[in-house]
Amino acid sequence: MKTLIIAEHNQHDLKADTLVTLGAAQQLGQPIDVFIAGHDIGQLGQDAASVGGIDQVLTWDHEALAMSFSETLAPVIANLRSQYSHILLASSSFGKDLAPRIAALCGVNAVSDVIDIISANQYKRPIYAGNAIATVQNNAACQVLTIRTSAFSAPSHEPAASPAHIQALSIELPDMSVRFVEQTLSESSRPELNSADIIVSGGRAVGSEANFSLIYDFADKLGAAVGASRAAVDAGYIGNDLQVGQTGKVVAPSVYIAIGISGAIQHLAGMKDSKVIVAINNDPEAPIFSVADYGLVADLFEAVPAMTAHL
Amino acid sequence: MTNHPLKVIVAVKRVIDYNVKVRVKADRSDVDLSNTKMSMNPFCEIAVEEAVRLKEAGLVGEIVVVSIGPKSCQEQIRSALALGADRGLQVECDTPVSPLDVANILHKIQQEENADIFLLGKQSIDADNNQTGQMLAALLDFPQATCASRVKIEHNKAIVTREVDGGLLTVEMSLPAVITTDLRLNEPRFAALPKIMQAKRKPLAVKTLADLAIELTTDIELISVDSPTQRQAGVILSSVDELMSTLRNDPNVQMPKHDKEA
Ligand SMILES: Cc1cc2nc3c(=O)[nH]c(=O)nc-3n(C[C@H](O)[C@H](O)[C@H](O)COP(=O)(O)OP(=O)(O)OC[C@H]3O[C@@H](n4cnc5c(N)ncnc54)[C@H](O)[C@@H]3O)c2cc1C
Ligand SMILES: Nc1ncnc2c1ncn2[C@@H]1O[C@H](COP(=O)(O)O)[C@@H](O)[C@H]1O
Repeated sequence: MKTLIIAEHNQHDLKADTLVTLGAAQQLGQPIDVFIAGHDIGQLGQDAASVGGIDQVLTWDHEALAMSFSETLAPVIANLRSQYSHILLASSSFGKDLAPRIAALCGVNAVSDVIDIISANQYKRPIYAGNAIATVQNNAACQVLTIRTSAFSAPSHEPAASPAHIQALSIELPDMSVRFVEQTLSESSRPELNSADIIVSGGRAVGSEANFSLIYDFADKLGAAVGASRAAVDAGYIGNDLQVGQTGKVVAPSVYIAIGISGAIQHLAGMKDSKVIVAINNDPEAPIFSVADYGLVADLFEAVPAMTAHL
Repeated sequence: MTNHPLKVIVAVKRVIDYNVKVRVKADRSDVDLSNTKMSMNPFCEIAVEEAVRLKEAGLVGEIVVVSIGPKSCQEQIRSALALGADRGLQVECDTPVSPLDVANILHKIQQEENADIFLLGKQSIDADNNQTGQMLAALLDFPQATCASRVKIEHNKAIVTREVDGGLLTVEMSLPAVITTDLRLNEPRFAALPKIMQAKRKPLAVKTLADLAIELTTDIELISVDSPTQRQAGVILSSVDELMSTLRNDPNVQMPKHDKEA
């Protein structure tokens, strides 16, 4: 049997998450096809075909797919199920929205947030905000999985010797019950949270949107991405897309620097697999210190500018 | 307005309280929930609150709250009734249910209820699946808006702002539809004592899986549950200088070049 990966892209490039999902899929040791839906994706399809490790690229190109919704994609993907034993998506907001919709149409449960592929039907996944790790066996004929990308890596790049076969699907577009209204994407020249080597995160203690400049200045000197706790996002200091935690992004950089963050279990769920954790907090009892490799008990308004000055 | 008052079904799950840290059982069969404080899943509380606000705004006529689980989940149904839901339905089930089971059950319930909006949490904080709402929408062939941080209902449409990886995405869906809630949609109220008393008299029906002709899925088997590897607390350093030089000397840390020394 074969594995199908549902690609995520911005109409020009595959997202890093999709390449990591390819890395995970390779552990299943069977041929891999990639499904790409979008508008004007001829070049994207060719780029995907030359990535290496891919058997076949399925493209579905339609003007109406410039913004593709799960309602449209799920039935088309579910219809391909007889050819695939595994359908993989990244555990991104795109993947989490789409995978269960595909699974239900196939009449199966999905396995969310796979962090370890033990065999072709056994997986590990975190439950209870990562405070327990479940090993599950999936007995479905077609298994739908979402891959937690912080736990896998992209295949080391070896471009295909000859490009994969590209198959253009021609499928009629059903009526759409969802309409795009608007999108506010955060523009940032900083590294992305998901792939950054260093992350500097600020919490409630940063105190205001303006004060976050302390965090940005420090991060920029380090070449780091910026993250935040839920409290900082809720207070409006920073955008929702930068929340780290059980219900935000899950990250595992080489270095995670938590500044003015207490270390609630829901926050730890998103960062405790970082290689090195640094915490700066003025409360020596803050729970974050129990997971930090290096701690500094200090007022962040003094410590952070001093650290920036060091760089 | 010529529109009929809308009917909303809210699905609520009884889970371990979010403040409690779980323990894994010694035999690794599951987590140990004996003598543990249980509560309504926080995302479900947000779903109930949103339904109540829509009712207060005159857009919704009736709120039905459904929970699937053992008798104890009636506690969470009563909490939702105290917050303003009109009637409850417990689907009795003593074994754990999968997201597809819950979606199948809600699908069946919809055949009798004909709701216009389903409000679910985006995720249950015990199983962390983030699947049920999407599955229900698939089975019903309804549009879905997951991770909602803003919901507006007008002219038989739902305009929903969703929290997505890159920021916010707003979509418009025709009703009926499924909406799953994210943390910033609203801040749930606390139920006042008189409301808690009133809630005891609100109707709460009980159905069995047999009543609904539901058979539970068996495709996912739980093999074992383990504690994650624990991190050890490291060292507390005494100054910014010491912290920075420690970081520079840690082989796992790639700090940018020191300008002043370069
Ligand atoms: C269902 C659910 C899901 C959740 N999901 C998430 C999630 O995904 N991510 C997340 O982060 N949270 C999440 N939370 C919230 C979480 O429980 C905590 O409330 C949140 O992480 C707290 O954020 P914080 O550490 O910034 O704030 P606080 O807990 O208020 O901590 C602030 C810290 O700053 C320190 N401090 C104060 N002043 C200074 C100073 N001048 N210098 C240095 N330190 C200072 C304090 O000692 C304190 O430790 C979730 C909660 C629920 C119920
Ligand atoms: N046993 C249950 N009873 C009622 N609703 C449930 C149940 N399980 C899940 N749900 C609903 O589905 C949402 C998402 O759950 P999950 O897909 O398990 O993460 C929850 O927030 C609830 O709204």
